[in-house]
Amino acid sequence: MLLIECPYCGKRHETEFRYGGEAHIVRPEKPEDLNDTEWADFLFMRTNTKGVFAERWYHANGCRQWFNALRHTVSHQIIAVYKMGEKPPVSDQGSEDR
Amino acid sequence: MLNRTSNGGKIDREKRVNFVFNGLSYAGFEGDTLASALLANGVHLVGRSFKYHRPRGFVAAGAEEPGAMVQLEEGAQTQPNIRATQIELYEGLKASSVNVWPSVDFDISAVNGLFAKFMTAGFYNKTFMWPRSFWMKLYEPVIRRAAGWGRAPTVSDPDIYDRMQCHADVLVIGGGPTGLAAALEAGRAGARVVLVDEQKELGGSLLSLNREIDGKTAIEWIEQAKAELAEMPDVRILTRTMLFGYYDHNYLVALEQKTDHLPLKDRSGKVRQRVWHFRAKQVVLATGAHERPLVFADNDRPGIMLSGSVLTYLNRYGVFPGKNIVLFTNNDSAYETALALHAERLKIVAVIDVRNDVTGELPDKVRELGIQVLEGHAITATNGRKRVSSVEVRAIDPGADKYTGHSINFECDLVAMSGGWSPVIHLFSQSQGKLKYDDDRVCYVPEKSVQEQQIAGSCSGEFLTEDCLNNGGVAGRIAAKKAGFSPKKEHEPLTVQEPEMGKMEPFWVVPGNVPVGEGSAKHFVDLQNDTTAADIALAIREGFESSEHVKRYTLTGFGTDQGKTSNINALGILAGILDKPLADVGTTTFRPPYTPVSYGALAGRNLGNWSDPVRVTAIHDWHQKNGALFENVGQWHRPWYYPKTAEKMQDALNRECLAVRNSIGVLDASTLGKIDIKGPDAAEFLNRVYTNAWMKLGVGKVRYGLMCHEDGMVFDDGTTARLADDHFLMTTTSGNAAAVLDWLEEYLQTEWPDLKVYCTSVTEQWATVSVAGPKARKLLQKIAPDMDLRPDSFPFMSFKEGEVAGIDARVFRISFTGELTYEINVPWHAGRAMWDAVMEAGAEFEITPYGTETMHVLRAEKGFIIVGQETDGTQTPQDLGMDWIVSKKKPDFIGKRSFTRSDTAADNRKQLVGLLTDNPDDVLPEGAQLVLDQYASKPMPMVGHVTSSYYSATLGHSIALAVVRGGLGKTGDTIFAPLANTTITAKIVSPIFYDPKGERQDGEV
Repeated sequence: MLLIECPYCGKRHETEFRYGGEAHIVRPEKPEDLNDTEWADFLFMRTNTKGVFAERWYHANGCRQWFNALRHTVSHQIIAVYKMGEKPPVSDQGSEDR
Repeated sequence: MLNRTSNGGKIDREKRVNFVFNGLSYAGFEGDTLASALLANGVHLVGRSFKYHRPRGFVAAGAEEPGAMVQLEEGAQTQPNIRATQIELYEGLKASSVNVWPSVDFDISAVNGLFAKFMTAGFYNKTFMWPRSFWMKLYEPVIRRAAGWGRAPTVSDPDIYDRMQCHADVLVIGGGPTGLAAALEAGRAGARVVLVDEQKELGGSLLSLNREIDGKTAIEWIEQAKAELAEMPDVRILTRTMLFGYYDHNYLVALEQKTDHLPLKDRSGKVRQRVWHFRAKQVVLATGAHERPLVFADNDRPGIMLSGSVLTYLNRYGVFPGKNIVLFTNNDSAYETALALHAERLKIVAVIDVRNDVTGELPDKVRELGIQVLEGHAITATNGRKRVSSVEVRAIDPGADKYTGHSINFECDLVAMSGGWSPVIHLFSQSQGKLKYDDDRVCYVPEKSVQEQQIAGSCSGEFLTEDCLNNGGVAGRIAAKKAGFSPKKEHEPLTVQEPEMGKMEPFWVVPGNVPVGEGSAKHFVDLQNDTTAADIALAIREGFESSEHVKRYTLTGFGTDQGKTSNINALGILAGILDKPLADVGTTTFRPPYTPVSYGALAGRNLGNWSDPVRVTAIHDWHQKNGALFENVGQWHRPWYYPKTAEKMQDALNRECLAVRNSIGVLDASTLGKIDIKGPDAAEFLNRVYTNAWMKLGVGKVRYGLMCHEDGMVFDDGTTARLADDHFLMTTTSGNAAAVLDWLEEYLQTEWPDLKVYCTSVTEQWATVSVAGPKARKLLQKIAPDMDLRPDSFPFMSFKEGEVAGIDARVFRISFTGELTYEINVPWHAGRAMWDAVMEAGAEFEITPYGTETMHVLRAEKGFIIVGQETDGTQTPQDLGMDWIVSKKKPDFIGKRSFTRSDTAADNRKQLVGLLTDNPDDVLPEGAQLVLDQYASKPMPMVGHVTSSYYSATLGHSIALAVVRGGLGKTGDTIFAPLANTTITAKIVSPIFYDPKGERQDGEV
């Protein structure tokens, strides 16, 4: 079970959180301007990174705040957490050999 | 007791302990395990093997034991498949063999052995596949009776289990020399240390080996270490505690056995087991090593044991498992066992060593005693039915697949074998650590950690006691340091008197007179699953070459021991046949639990009423008193229906439905999800999450809305009222309230943080009494005389605030039944008072309480959907015929863009329709599949399914809702529901069965 540092509450067990999938996927301002392929891309397509991955977490059984985390998908090490709307504090480029 | 030494061992010879095994009474001493006590009494035969029902005995002395499992105790306390080597003996213990019928001495299924040829790897898959009906009726029941081990208890578990959460700076796993040294050093640095060991006492291998540490005996050194640890206030020692799971971020789980060692009569009222959940800054893995068996022909007879385990029985328990002993080895450690047995005046028949040119401290000492040592030899056959009686030994050429020479026969009653040592890397592997194969040490060792941990001692491949102690001490210091502590003094290494160990020679299987697998002899690799070297060879011939495939095809490494003694031998044999280096074969995956854990322990106290929260309304007591039956809606217990004495379910539903249609019914609707939405942008927010328009809804008005996900699929529905310009009250389906709130908050926080809106759950702030029926206005007028209820001043889809029965209330005119309905909302604590007032005022109208089932029938008569019943996440509003609620004018809302995707817009989607069966009394089963051609060949093309189906007392016939491909264009068509014994014919109709024009919603004026 992961130990996740909520930027508002501190370190808590994973059971307090809900996973929110890949981070930094912005809902298009004007969906009607997108063609079907672009819209399907927004709806369904997510990267499957082996390495450092920017993802969203929701402190559902705590402060109920959403935030972002950089997690290594192999080691599960959490490199950083940061608030919604903020940029990743370090590069979220996937690296395979950590 | 036949086989006891005259003194020594960690047993109390003053305290006799009586026990029963297979109906016979025996005695052991306090400190014994069931295994050591049975061996002391000369009992080697403990059970029959899984597949061939061959006689089996003890192989090991601890958790790695593959075979010696027993059924412990009887009745509610019974436990199947417990390793006798791990059961502490207690007064009155009762155990019996598993997998035997009628008895361990005479087992009928042993004839399986005669058919052994047909029971090779994969035999279940091959033999019993066809014909399929035979599998269900014949093969499976027979196999189930013959195979499988013990019996699960048939009554509920009477014991109490606990759970404990624990944080540690340094968690040390293993209380042997390595772990003790690590705990001492980490503790001295001031760290909060937890030391966990599976045994009843600390010491590990020091309890079995005669070692001298810094001039003290090992036992004295352990006592000194324990005393020092006990002085440290932040050190916790947990014995009888098996660490069975190592999860992410140093989250580890252990099982502490608190009463399993006590006589049954002393256990009642006490917590039997406690599951510990640890979160540790640093972990020290001091899990030690397991000895490997050697793989040779018929190596499974009782009396063939691991050499190190024989030493444990001798030194720790004062038991010698045999008197005429042959040792068989590929390394020096068996010579130490030979010397110890010889010192007890037991006869060492011979030491058989597969190596050539064996010299060194231990072999030399053995030779000096005049004991015969045969180099370059191996055991090629064994004899004896229920216990080994002799072995045949031959010279072997390294690398040959057959032997050539003549055999020498040795009579013996015990074979002590050693195939080398394997670090206990299970927990390390569970923690995602990477292993590497070490050619010098002939074993897998940890290479790279993923988590915050130190690996020390035998677990890292350092098998000498001195190395373990110093390695452990250093690991403890590093762990403490990394956890934020500073060890004060320098590390002082300890010195240990112990024999030198020479080089080991990898040796995976002893050849026979024919290549392995071709003769009748069995070279067992996995004694628990009866997997032989021939099975591995067969698996490879049939194309299963990966270690994971071999494991699954041959069962090697499955079962309750998870291959602790068999894995590496299997990999060695696999590598040999494939002619690959062992390092390239790779291990299989180690998964938790390390040893079995009972369900009771995992459930802990979360049983019965404590397994899940129960939510009840403020009116629950009334429902109970008035005979309601309940159904669970999420965690809510809702009244289902209220049967009168001797009334059948359908009769009760008919009565409740007709009451609502003809007079008045009352429903406890408190569980409806309610979300208070407030802020200057509240209307804009609703406009974005609902499919219809919300900006212009007047204060005091109510509107129905559908919510979709971005993919355009309906996800919730409900009514929302505008309480003020910037204030709304949203209702959701009862089971979906939390998900809707999460959904709203997600969008407010992640997509539209600029919107000024707050959402608050008020589900449990408002109790709701829903009064429905043509006479509802007459009732309400009695208890709300000041409220203007005339339809033009209190129209459908509006609400009023005011006093009802003297209680401040919000009254909503909405309807889920099609009848005139007032939903009276009052503060939760006043819910019961309002209900009572309504019941009293309604008496003259014969007001009838109704439950969720009647609510379902009434709404289905009106064609109202229930999200989660008519929908399953694949229906758009259009599919549900609810195009009318999708705004064409709003530029954007959640789901809108998806409505024009080619798939979503296709006209042959499953669409909501009504069904009327040709026979009005046929009620279609919900979930029934629908076909257009009842005579189509199988598999028939299925075009949809029934989502809701009831008998309607109002209409006098059954009604159903269904989703059907292109159903909106098929009105009037005939459709069929093929069932097991009959086919029901139905006509596709509008889903609105009753009052399609909505003329009843104003009730009686």
